[in-house]
Amino acid sequence: MNKFLREARLWLVAIPVLLWTLLPIYHIFLFSISTKDSAFSGALWPAKPTLHNFVTVFRQEHFYLHDFWHQIWNSLWIACATGVLTLAIATCAAFAISRLKVRGGRTVMNAALFTYFIPAAFLAVPMYKAMGSYGLLNNRWSLVLAMVTLAAPYAIWVLKQASDKLPWELDEAARIDGATPLQLFRLVYLPLMTPSLVAIGTYALLLAWNEYLYAFLLLSNDIPLAVGLGHFLASDDSPWELLMATALIYGLPPAAIYYAFRRYMVGGLTSGAVKT
Amino acid sequence: MAAIAIPHPASPAPRRVSSWQTWGVLMIAPYVLVFLVFVLYPVTYGLWLARHAQSYRTLFEDPVFFRSVLNTIVFLLVAVNLKFVLALFLSGFFVHERAWIRWLSVIFIIPWAVPAIPTIFSIRFMLNPEWGLINSLIFRLTAQDGPNWLTEPSLALFMAMLVHIWKALPFWTLILMAGRLAIPREQYEAASVDGATAWQKFKFVTWPSIRTLYLTSTLLSMIWTLGDFNSVYLLTGGGPADLTHVLATLGIRYIRLDQVDQAMATIVVALPFVLPLVYFMMKRLSVDDEGR
Repeated sequence: MNKFLREARLWLVAIPVLLWTLLPIYHIFLFSISTKDSAFSGALWPAKPTLHNFVTVFRQEHFYLHDFWHQIWNSLWIACATGVLTLAIATCAAFAISRLKVRGGRTVMNAALFTYFIPAAFLAVPMYKAMGSYGLLNNRWSLVLAMVTLAAPYAIWVLKQASDKLPWELDEAARIDGATPLQLFRLVYLPLMTPSLVAIGTYALLLAWNEYLYAFLLLSNDIPLAVGLGHFLASDDSPWELLMATALIYGLPPAAIYYAFRRYMVGGLTSGAVKT
Repeated sequence: MAAIAIPHPASPAPRRVSSWQTWGVLMIAPYVLVFLVFVLYPVTYGLWLARHAQSYRTLFEDPVFFRSVLNTIVFLLVAVNLKFVLALFLSGFFVHERAWIRWLSVIFIIPWAVPAIPTIFSIRFMLNPEWGLINSLIFRLTAQDGPNWLTEPSLALFMAMLVHIWKALPFWTLILMAGRLAIPREQYEAASVDGATAWQKFKFVTWPSIRTLYLTSTLLSMIWTLGDFNSVYLLTGGGPADLTHVLATLGIRYIRLDQVDQAMATIVVALPFVLPLVYFMMKRLSVDDEGR
């Protein structure tokens, strides 16, 4: 009986948590399979579920969707470029700080941490002005570079933590064998760091794909899908059911990637986020 | 860093050390470049733009500014603390060893794993007073019209806080869960032997162990919440009548109005609150770093 009560108490927490978590998600799904009339009726399940919204989106048959495929391509391009660049820059920096013990490494680390802790929405204003003076506004590279700036500090910090844990004897042995720093990097460091590299690459990729604020500040013509979704709100009679179908298509890939790499993400990232 | 050898022309070692240093400099250079070009220059340039006293006079005369400061303070105090009390409670729930609770934790992380726009828009539609899901349900259950969730300013701000909590709660629950799991099980067993109640176990075993983590996380979350643009902007757009802006959205509002000097002044005014938090967090992480 006592055991039953204990289980019941757990379920009493579980059910509200489940509803709270899933309701907004379910609502996206509900809208995306509803006709316009049914979506606006407040029904919990559409009378006639339909996939027609997705067909409309894929065929770009609405004013807000004319550039759908192009916007997805932009999002993908920006996310991949950010992932690759962040990974390259952060891995090299972490290697230089942690293994090569480069002079001034500590100062650079502090500069990176400072960037990490400055709220992104505050950095957005000066970044916008600076991109303007570099003539990069409305260029996809401005968003890529901005996202690399935001992603690299955390990336360097996590990679440095992981890198510090590698046995120092490896470096000693490599040095005695006459390896160059580049060989040490390529043959010893990269293979051992692979799990952290996967985590960081995924982190930067998702950060860029999901970003809204910087995207809509820096790009206004050739926009990624996130900004395209924002345009739906421009008028009051927007087709919410199409917006939710598009939003579902936009939200699924990052969620799938997150869950595919969850093992790395939880091990590699949450432990590094806050130290006890 | 102090271990750099004194130059010794006869031996080959210093040359090798210096070649390793050269590689180090080369490999760290790309990030240094990114920092100089996209952080240091923008910030310096921004501060330069914010040098006019007139910007601050205009800013302080703008009623939207004061409302935003007030909203920001309320947002930080209420949303962050509510989030952490919930995270503390839920982390205690999720550490129970049941297969179904493990599955629930996988579902629970969804808000953190999906991008902000789809879910915030979804919540925005749910809260629509005329045809939104929530008010439809309220009408069906009580035959009364539900509240105007997003057109009543304080209610709208509270909804933005809920959106923020919905999104960030899973992450902080995971962090506090990791803290709880690091506590040796023997301590709880010993407490049980002594006949401790659940509350006493929490008070004398759990809380002393995770207190530092809890406080550090709260501070870090405050910094990030200060920069939370999405929860407010995508839900209310700062409306109705610019009454739900926070500092993060206000700066962007000024940019949209083409008043960049004002936008920078807003950020400069916020710096006295941000910088001590940033300084404190950096110090904490550096201490951890040396401790290993």
